Amino acid sequence: MNKIIEKRVLNENVVLMKIYAPRIAKKAEPGQFVIVMPSEKGERIPLTIADYDREAGSVTIIFQVVGATTMEMSDMNEGDELFAFTGPLGTPSHTEGVKKVAVIGGGLGCAIAYPQAKKLHSLGAQVDMIAGFRNKDIIILEEEMKAASTRLFVMTDDGSNGNRGFVTNKLEELFEAGEKYDEVIAIGPLMMMKFVCKLTEKYGIKTIVSMNPIMIDGTGMCGGCRLTVGGKTKFACVDGPDFDGHLVDFDEIILRSGTYRETEAKAREAHCNLMKMKVKGE
Amino acid sequence: MPNMSLVKNPMPEQAPDVRNKNFDEVALGYTPETAIEEAKRCLNCKKPLCVAGCPVNVKIPEFISLVAQGRFEEAYLKIRETSSLPAVCGRVCPQERQCESKCIRGIKGEAVAIGRLERFCADYHMAHGEDVRPGIVKNGHKVAVVGAGPAGLTCAGDLARLGYDVTVFEAFHVAGGVLIYGIPEFRLPKDIVRREIESLENLGVSIETNTVVGKAISVDELMCEEGFEAVFIGTGAGLPSFMNIPGEGLIGVYSANEFLTRINLMKAYRDDYATPIKHHNSVAVIGGGNVAMDAARCAKRLGANVYIVYRRGREELPARAEEIHHAEEEGIIFKLLSNPKEIIGDENGNVKAIKCVEMDLGEPDASGRRRPVEKSDSDFIIEVDSVIMALGTSPNPLIKNTTEGLVVNDRGCIVANETGKTSKDGVYAGGDAVTGAATVILAMGAGKQAAAAIDEYIKNKN
Repeated sequence: MNKIIEKRVLNENVVLMKIYAPRIAKKAEPGQFVIVMPSEKGERIPLTIADYDREAGSVTIIFQVVGATTMEMSDMNEGDELFAFTGPLGTPSHTEGVKKVAVIGGGLGCAIAYPQAKKLHSLGAQVDMIAGFRNKDIIILEEEMKAASTRLFVMTDDGSNGNRGFVTNKLEELFEAGEKYDEVIAIGPLMMMKFVCKLTEKYGIKTIVSMNPIMIDGTGMCGGCRLTVGGKTKFACVDGPDFDGHLVDFDEIILRSGTYRETEAKAREAHCNLMKMKVKGE
Repeated sequence: MPNMSLVKNPMPEQAPDVRNKNFDEVALGYTPETAIEEAKRCLNCKKPLCVAGCPVNVKIPEFISLVAQGRFEEAYLKIRETSSLPAVCGRVCPQERQCESKCIRGIKGEAVAIGRLERFCADYHMAHGEDVRPGIVKNGHKVAVVGAGPAGLTCAGDLARLGYDVTVFEAFHVAGGVLIYGIPEFRLPKDIVRREIESLENLGVSIETNTVVGKAISVDELMCEEGFEAVFIGTGAGLPSFMNIPGEGLIGVYSANEFLTRINLMKAYRDDYATPIKHHNSVAVIGGGNVAMDAARCAKRLGANVYIVYRRGREELPARAEEIHHAEEEGIIFKLLSNPKEIIGDENGNVKAIKCVEMDLGEPDASGRRRPVEKSDSDFIIEVDSVIMALGTSPNPLIKNTTEGLVVNDRGCIVANETGKTSKDGVYAGGDAVTGAATVILAMGAGKQAAAAIDEYIKNKN
């Protein structure tokens, strides 16, 4: 169970894995996530389902190497088995009745935005997708996103792909050009989602964001993933991960997201030292 | 001739100042000599009230008289006739409110130390006995159990003994439920839980971890597609409550569930495990139950100065007497008749203090306990860098939301009769999922009742 059947390095920090997990593949819907534990003494981390194949019984995850656990996973290879792979968790994204939508992905967020775009596109909606990256070297899933959208706009912060600007610049340009969307879906760094929501609030367009806070169990038990939505405490694992972006208290969740930043930095340093030792053959 | 000593034989313990710095078990257990001594205090009553006081009706005088004769392994097997998890119950049952509260010896002096003797027998068996797989004749019927906690494991064990093919579905990567994620190592060593579960697996119970029923598969699919004739739901009460006071979103505020899960399930206090935990300097635990005591004593072991903040008085503390006693010995500071109003943060969003108000006890409320009321102008501040909310939990809505025809009450608890029968044919439930947060032994009692009812149901159906 939980065998890695495919591994692809998408950019220097981002890895795609297809995992054999037929029970989860059978039920998975866009917007849902899995809890992954690479080894018995590892951490439980939430990763959004990037794709699934019900026939092949596989579930695709895409992750950025940021802390000890994702480093451990990135060292694993095809044929290896993950210790635990649980899901599908969370509430599926709502896709009914959406005719025209702007789907926005920021960096790794594209891996989460992509399955939502794909589903909406397959249901016949007009999907304008805006994907933002720091530079052209870290662009991921361009072909996949192109196939899952009516129009795809890939933006880079430094303009290295010829399209300079943030996703919010492009979105505003589309609004100004008179595009009318039923809904905007924004998935990416908290800062990006916050600013997309500020913009869409101005234009009065409903905006869905996908939250990915600290979690342990993923079933509503630990409360670590709580956030304030419309003045009420909600758990991202069971009430979300999708929420109405105009109701989310972003400032609070941005503070909370830094809880283990020091631990992550230490883990990166330790991993680098380990790699150096391996290279030296010690 | 019975031993007429008025007091229990004490059980050796790690010294408070030593144990509050480690996660090893606090109580060390009886020696065979002390166990025999203590067993001789039992009068072997003709009508043993203690048995009625036990939710799983352990044959108490019978096993104790075997202990008195030094027949420890037989004593263990006597307990096992009605209890699936003796090593666990001996450690975590509130005996002072159950079996021991009914003991005749308790009228004048202390009750017989039934819990300590039960623990002794179970530990003796683990050290010396062999798990003999009883000759079970399989009856060919399949039953699914949802949740590998005390209720589910008990139900599974009893059904397996009756010949059923039992599969237990567990959401976490390890079986045990609250015995693994909730109760700390120093109160219930995880090795003991694992061994108890292994002995259930030896009965033929199969456990599927990492499977969230209600997500990966529904109760209806278990019955219609996977051929289970009945389902027992023992999913517990895992949804933590918060107070909804300002500051609960600050860094350093946890539910007791999160804090305890990091420590007990994920072993965050050990360097060889990857899950992180913050080592705080000063921690306020809000609440007065067993979970609050567990969280406080864990925080102490991670090096913090720890307060228990509870809105009622000492008499009303719902925790087991022994846990309160142990917590005090270990240096936990009790701020009783105090209620938090606000958690105060610094400019980076970290907890720096908690503002509380003093309380008085007024007239009894619906629960029969005196209702706490705020004293005016009595606000005070405790400087802490972490706050742990141990306010109780309610059942997880996952099963309810995905099982058509399953009735729950307004608190989200599954409605079931005394045998565990729910509103849905073939579906039984028990433990915290039905009662709301209660004790391990009550959950075991419910699992046991339901196993008998499921047996009856399947026999009548076929």
